[in-house]
Amino acid sequence: MSTIQRDMSLTGQPPKSINTIQKFGTVIGLFGLALILLASFNSVFPNKGLWLTIALTSLTGGIILFAYGAYAHKHEGIKNDGVYFKSLSSRGFWAWVVGLALTGFYIVLYFFPYYLGLRQEGDNTGIIALFDPLSKLLSGNPASQWFVYGTLYTIAIFAFGIKFFLKYRHNRYERLRTISVMFFQTSFAFLIPEFMARLNSDDFSLPYYDLKNIWPLNYYNFEQYRVDSFISAGDVGLILLLFGIASIFIITPILTYKYGKRWYCSWVCGCGGLAETAGDPFRHLSDKRQVAWKIERWVVHSVLVFVVVMTTAVVYSYLGDDSSKYWLTKDTFLIGVAVFLGLLFAAIWVFKRQELAKDARYGAIGYLVIVLALIGLHYSTGKNLFLFEAESLRKSYGFLIGAIFSGVIGTGFYPIFGNRVWCRMGCPMAAILGLQQRLFSKFRITTNGGQCISCGNCSTYCEMGIDVKAYAQKGENIIRASCVGCGICSAVCPRGVLKLENGPLEGRIDAKEVLLGNDVDLMKLMNQKPSPSEYIQK
Amino acid sequence: MEHIVIIGNGIAGVTAARHIRKLSDKKITIISAEADHFFSRTALMYVYMGHMRWTDIEPYEHWFWKKNRLELKNAYVSKIETDKKTLQFKEGGTIHYDKLIIASGSTTNTFGWEGLESKGVVGMVTKQDLEQIEKYAPNNKECPRAVLVGGGLIGVELAEMLRTRNIEVTFLIREENFWNSVLPPGEAAMISRHVKSHGVDLQNNTNLDTILADEKGKVRAVTTKETGEEIPCSMVGICTGVKPNITFLEGSGIETDKGILVNRKLETNVKDIYAIGDCAQQRETIGNRKPVEAVWYTGRMMGETVAQTICGNPFEYNPGHWFNSAKFFDIEYQTYGWVFHEPKEGNTHFHWHHEDDTKCITIEYEIESRKFLGINTFGIRLKHETFNQWLNEDRTMDFVIENFKQANFDPEFYRNFESEILKEFQNTKTETV
Repeated sequence: MSTIQRDMSLTGQPPKSINTIQKFGTVIGLFGLALILLASFNSVFPNKGLWLTIALTSLTGGIILFAYGAYAHKHEGIKNDGVYFKSLSSRGFWAWVVGLALTGFYIVLYFFPYYLGLRQEGDNTGIIALFDPLSKLLSGNPASQWFVYGTLYTIAIFAFGIKFFLKYRHNRYERLRTISVMFFQTSFAFLIPEFMARLNSDDFSLPYYDLKNIWPLNYYNFEQYRVDSFISAGDVGLILLLFGIASIFIITPILTYKYGKRWYCSWVCGCGGLAETAGDPFRHLSDKRQVAWKIERWVVHSVLVFVVVMTTAVVYSYLGDDSSKYWLTKDTFLIGVAVFLGLLFAAIWVFKRQELAKDARYGAIGYLVIVLALIGLHYSTGKNLFLFEAESLRKSYGFLIGAIFSGVIGTGFYPIFGNRVWCRMGCPMAAILGLQQRLFSKFRITTNGGQCISCGNCSTYCEMGIDVKAYAQKGENIIRASCVGCGICSAVCPRGVLKLENGPLEGRIDAKEVLLGNDVDLMKLMNQKPSPSEYIQK
Repeated sequence: MEHIVIIGNGIAGVTAARHIRKLSDKKITIISAEADHFFSRTALMYVYMGHMRWTDIEPYEHWFWKKNRLELKNAYVSKIETDKKTLQFKEGGTIHYDKLIIASGSTTNTFGWEGLESKGVVGMVTKQDLEQIEKYAPNNKECPRAVLVGGGLIGVELAEMLRTRNIEVTFLIREENFWNSVLPPGEAAMISRHVKSHGVDLQNNTNLDTILADEKGKVRAVTTKETGEEIPCSMVGICTGVKPNITFLEGSGIETDKGILVNRKLETNVKDIYAIGDCAQQRETIGNRKPVEAVWYTGRMMGETVAQTICGNPFEYNPGHWFNSAKFFDIEYQTYGWVFHEPKEGNTHFHWHHEDDTKCITIEYEIESRKFLGINTFGIRLKHETFNQWLNEDRTMDFVIENFKQANFDPEFYRNFESEILKEFQNTKTETV
């Protein structure tokens, strides 16, 4: 069922139409964008600093003004009117235009930075040159395509963050979370690495390091050039390297145990930050079908295996053989990795096997056997570790996952696949956090007795494609590996059914056949475990 | 194999089917003339508002039915031959049943106003109603103004729907304030102010008199009883509640009153025929509950119960403590236990109202014993489980207020109002002493 648009006016009817303030916002924002695009035609801007300021201010101001026009005059509350009528948010014409434009931008950014004005010799031109003044102000160096991207990315999170803030201003959880992602993006991802670059000199150099960008999301963190650079930078470098290792092996498990993966995915992470702010209008486009969930589990965990294999191969390739020179040799490392993976698997198998679905068991055993067999093959026949050169593994990962999946598809296709397709299907960091969240965390979404009316708002607005309602209507807690804890399901629920909570591990997973409110004896009878019979297929 | 036939694919019928399938391998057929697949009736409004597509309000994917061997038939049952255990369809054809569950739900309740048959007079109960609303109120050019009659939950939903398309809404209610007959005055007044703040022209103490149509038979205006004033409009929404949808049972020998009369096992007077959900009427009243309850979860609970009986484990329908919820534009409402619009004899109300005019609670309790009886909450989410337990334990009013924090279900970091409520409660206590 769709809206019948019987008059042919171009502005559309409420709730599709935009008001005067929004129109002004659009003009100002597009003016800023147009200035940046003009720069790519090498239009000569007499005073780059001034024009860049005008362009970025217009862009930011336009977005904020648009948001103000959209929400400020309205009551506090849920603002999803007409989401499925608007072309942009319902995979219509404008969705494809924006999707193709973003995809094109990512392709140019990753593979053809020349067209953005990047020059190996001499001064930058085009868009990158336009950003030189800001880069020089921050780090002292000329801009690169990544600086342009970082600046625009930060502006997107900041400006659309304000939009999100206005939209959900009645919800304190959403407000705090948005301030958090805006803060981490502006400081950790954008400003701090630029300032760190200022510390570099001829005899001291740190790699560009966004401290919250943790391996394996930051898949290149332990590559040779970075590790060399960390080690040669003395104590500071060593601390940063150790922090990188501790991030994934110590800090992440502790925080995920206490709060679920949301502490990272929807409060800190840059990818999550963009998805939650600029991507918010597309959150309902995630695929909710059960088949999508099945695909998701295989794809995201395969990426995780890929990144572990790739990183192992890369680190292995640059380690030495002589234990008298350095304690960590090729063999120590490789055997260490095999033992670690084996122990991790054994621990999950012993303590949590009953919580794993059939395909999860097959997947886990299959991948473990393959990885260990390849390591064994390497020792027995002397073939390349994991059959391929470390360098080609690294390049393939960088191209397929780092560029195509996370950038071109993950962000470029926001208006088509939804805003979290990368986080859901591709992010190896999310996969690790998700495994832990599912098996060993205090986080869960609880449901409120018998109040659910199966309306479907929670599932529709779940950006991770979780069919939240399927749990809520059974009075079951929602404990899904993929849940990033954005809190929107709880916000859009019209009956106050869902609540994100950290609580005791006991009774965290509690399927109910009959919900609160019915006859006490019937509830007891039906909720006995195991359930009465298994005729029903889920 | 025993054949269970269910008339109606709403929450009651579908819950019954699911639970029978959990418990048995019987043949199950679900019949509906309304929609091919089960959908959430309470979510109809969100389709018009553009929050969701039709497919999003269907709780189960389409493969679910086949996989669980739940046969679906889109047809209208025109006659039940109880002696032959056969249903006849309006479209032609028959079907034989061994056991029949009638879960035919509700239909719009009207009061026989003049002009009711005009085009553009709509209810807001079925999928077909929604299609009518989409037809007569697609935008504010085709429908600059709509008049809604009847101040209840359906009315406020329809008002919210129409306002998203900037259609002017005149909302006629008989009472002083919105939903006065259910809500205590403080709450009814607050919700009325909120409804008005969304641009709804709420006209209290006003009754519909006649509906006027143009020469093509389409609605052009209504008149009110009190002043005779003519209000021009392009659509009239009838929101004066619902009644059991049972006209197709005439002559079947199944005993009906307002609804289909059932005993506590949900059995009708005819053997092997059961009635559940909105269309059922309890022969004996259960607590303070009405004999006909058109509520989502009671439909579900009756489905859970009848499935037991049909699968050889006879069970009586025995709902627990009353609860319910709704949303009035931006204000969420939940209720646990019984709070009446004015306290029953021997009881009193404690009312707390937040200054921002979007939050309030009312608690009804016994004056003598101070026993807690029920709570209405607006703008603050409360935990069903906690209140269910407190009602089971016959807690006092004082206990509830002092432990109010335990029942909070608002999202993390939300402001709490427990101390404010406690303070006000203590003040009222000292005043009354």
